[in-house]
Amino acid sequence: MVHGKSAHDGETTLALKLRVWRQSRGVPGHFEEHALAAVPTSASFLEMMDMLNEQLIRAGQDTFAFDHDCREGICGMCSMTINGMPHGPLPGVTTCQLHMRNFRDGETITVEPWRARAFPVIKDLAVNRSAFDKVIQAGGFITARVGSAPEANNTLIGKVVADEAMDAAECIGCGACVASCKNGSAMLFVGAKINHLNILPQGQPERDRRTLAMVKTMDEAGFGNCTNYGECQAHCPKSITLDVIAKLNRDYLRARVKEFFSSTGKPSKGGD
Amino acid sequence: MKLESKIPAGPLADKWNNHKAKLRLVSPANRRKYHVIVVGSGLAGSAAAASFAEMGFQVSCFCYQDSPRRAHSIAAQGGINAAKNYQNDGDSVRRLFQDTIKGGDYRAREANVYRLAQVSTNIIDQCVAQGVPFAREYGGLLANRSFGGAQVSRTFYARGQTGQQLLLGAYSALSRQIGLGAVKMYTRHEMLDLVLIDGKAKGIVTRDLVTGAVESWASDVVVVCTGGYGNVFYLSTNAQGCNVTATFRAHRRGAGFANPCYTQIHPTCIPVHGEDQSKLTLMSESLRNDGRVWVPKNTADCAKPAAEIPEEARDYFLERKYPSYGNLAPRDIASRAAKEVCDEGRGVGQVIDGQRLGVYLDFSAAINRLGEAEIRTRYGNLFDMYENITGENAYKQPMRIFPAVHYTMGGLWVDYNLQSNIPGLFVGGEANFSDHGANRLGASALMQGLADGYFVLPYTVSDYLAGVGLSGRPTTEAPEFKAAVKEVNERVSKLLAVNGTKSPRYYHKALGKITWEKCGMARDKAGLEGAIRDLQALRKDFWENVKVVGTGDQLAPELERAGRVADFLDFGIMMCLDALTREESCGGHFRTEFQDAGEAKRDDAQYAHAAVWEWQGEGQLPARHVEPLVYEETQLSTRSYK
Repeated sequence: MVHGKSAHDGETTLALKLRVWRQSRGVPGHFEEHALAAVPTSASFLEMMDMLNEQLIRAGQDTFAFDHDCREGICGMCSMTINGMPHGPLPGVTTCQLHMRNFRDGETITVEPWRARAFPVIKDLAVNRSAFDKVIQAGGFITARVGSAPEANNTLIGKVVADEAMDAAECIGCGACVASCKNGSAMLFVGAKINHLNILPQGQPERDRRTLAMVKTMDEAGFGNCTNYGECQAHCPKSITLDVIAKLNRDYLRARVKEFFSSTGKPSKGGD
Repeated sequence: MKLESKIPAGPLADKWNNHKAKLRLVSPANRRKYHVIVVGSGLAGSAAAASFAEMGFQVSCFCYQDSPRRAHSIAAQGGINAAKNYQNDGDSVRRLFQDTIKGGDYRAREANVYRLAQVSTNIIDQCVAQGVPFAREYGGLLANRSFGGAQVSRTFYARGQTGQQLLLGAYSALSRQIGLGAVKMYTRHEMLDLVLIDGKAKGIVTRDLVTGAVESWASDVVVVCTGGYGNVFYLSTNAQGCNVTATFRAHRRGAGFANPCYTQIHPTCIPVHGEDQSKLTLMSESLRNDGRVWVPKNTADCAKPAAEIPEEARDYFLERKYPSYGNLAPRDIASRAAKEVCDEGRGVGQVIDGQRLGVYLDFSAAINRLGEAEIRTRYGNLFDMYENITGENAYKQPMRIFPAVHYTMGGLWVDYNLQSNIPGLFVGGEANFSDHGANRLGASALMQGLADGYFVLPYTVSDYLAGVGLSGRPTTEAPEFKAAVKEVNERVSKLLAVNGTKSPRYYHKALGKITWEKCGMARDKAGLEGAIRDLQALRKDFWENVKVVGTGDQLAPELERAGRVADFLDFGIMMCLDALTREESCGGHFRTEFQDAGEAKRDDAQYAHAAVWEWQGEGQLPARHVEPLVYEETQLSTRSYK
């Protein structure tokens, strides 16, 4: 249904109606409607938003603020809910990698920020995701001081284990899992990090401690619980699967049980 | 301008160890009394901030993104070099050093490059300890792949996302220190000035991008790791936010800027598709392990689909011109070769402005040899990314690629300790100039970022702090801080007040068009002189006609862009001036007047030096100084990959 020709050979363009969320800090938001013509189908979704913003500047109006940086699907900064779907309609793709050839001429596109209690809106389409950083700060690491690392090949890690850790480590921390979940749960994000580190031999010493600390911080940050809707898996741009949540639950249970039975009753003398 | 390289005496192989033994230390009990500011949270910044905090210093770290995990190091795909010799193919520290110094076309500082090769092996150990999931062999040992400019296999990788995994490793170390309270992290903060007291760096001025608040921060030392200036070309593989502002603001305060004309054009990027394009996307150099680069022999075939062009009508130009390195020729050489065939009219893909700018990267031979499944395992995510952007399936038809700006070797001048000519201002990673000379080899940027952050700055900054003593730190009540804050506020107000008609992006695009055409893959005297005049006119137009919408007290992306473009305009003039005054060709700097049948022709007698630029005031051209490059153990030779 695409039509219209632009300057380059074979290039088709779209005319769109855009409903975009407008919100200032501390004030309730609303949708604004704008028409945008001559959008090349080869443009990315964010390039379309750039075109809209340039049109607004020409009219002397404020642009829409949105988060974005690498525009190659890896930094995790872009975060738009497009027609109700975090990162839009394509599976396994971030907003910045979504291209306009996936839309039709004359279509109305609704663009909103991530919607989640733990991610308050900063302005328009940009939200505050620092709750994710707090979860990582609580335990999403392997303690390895610079200068004390052993020779790398002393730790043998089978290819299958390394690949499984890498599958989980691919998470870009964008927050689409939270935005897509009715409960606003961060279990896919936390599960991915827990799986990456808990499966590796280097991650074993801190396994229980890490799991308990990250889950506690996740709960305190206002994320909801997982009730197996599976929306997170469907919208994850890195195709991380629910599998990581099952393993997170397993590791959490294991850690809680061990914590319960490990006390010797001797009073703590500090030193952790 | 005083440019003392402070290279330690003694044989190359012993310099770093001897130097380390002489560096002063701060006693553990006193470390918490020193405040270290780190600007930038990429590989160098995160690694440095985490290391300083582990040592016991008070650290504040600033980044413009919403989380330190998003710095653009994350986008590096292919890998990280290290002289581990795990493949038993004759690798060694000396060989990595030699490859890197030759790759840089003998325009890097020998002692720095040797140290980089030495610490490369520690980096892999450190990353594995942090849980970076590098690719493994079935037996559990680390796997390697080959990269351009080397005849050994020394590149460690994590699928096509090595930068992501290394950055997440450094980010996790940094996060741990933030959680412990040892690092105070300030996200969505942009450094807009450096504060000097008695000629020493003692703090910075930042703008909080969310509230617009301009604040100053006092410290004992400032470490700038804010990346490169590739976005001076508008279209590049850099992230949208990458900018020169932090380093350029330091330059305006007196820091020398070295070799700005050394920019790297990466050969394997997805070609430009149109006017509204905002960035170019890299396809990892690792693809050249299995992909063959070609164009049609005859111009008449260029419009045909690749499948209709028979084998004998294809020109595998890299294999033809550089038989010993073939498709793995270094980046500058592969890029120029692609430009050359396109200039001959043999490019492929869409016609834009009357030219087809693209060459094929063809995997059919590798797919026939190894099977599609194996190619998918090696490069699946890159093929997916290519399809998302172009709508083409590279398993079925060759990729189209064209060179694009990717990395900048120039940067703030630093001595062997990575300290700039301003005492107390240290510079790490892509933001400094020291290790890559006129061209960087693939998989060396990650190596340098982490080397600086984990293994060099912790030693040299400690030494500096030991010399500063405990009475050295001013408060932000000092008049120098007040004056710097006032200047930053005035500049923000000035940008908002112009209220002209053209957007900041308009100026950024116009700037990029000039720099890419006149100071891109090929440069000449007349073009560069014209570019400087055009940029001066564009700068004037900018300050008279830019329109910055939004207000200064909220998230204001247009204001951020306007400030960065303003600095890029000044910087662009300096970059062209550097290219104009370096009357030779070397690495990524190709002056058409100085060539041997298409190959870069160096002039070692006159230009074996780093050119270091000194700010001379608003509207003035900067002044040129030189640091001679002294080669103690390297024989300068013509760089040949034939």
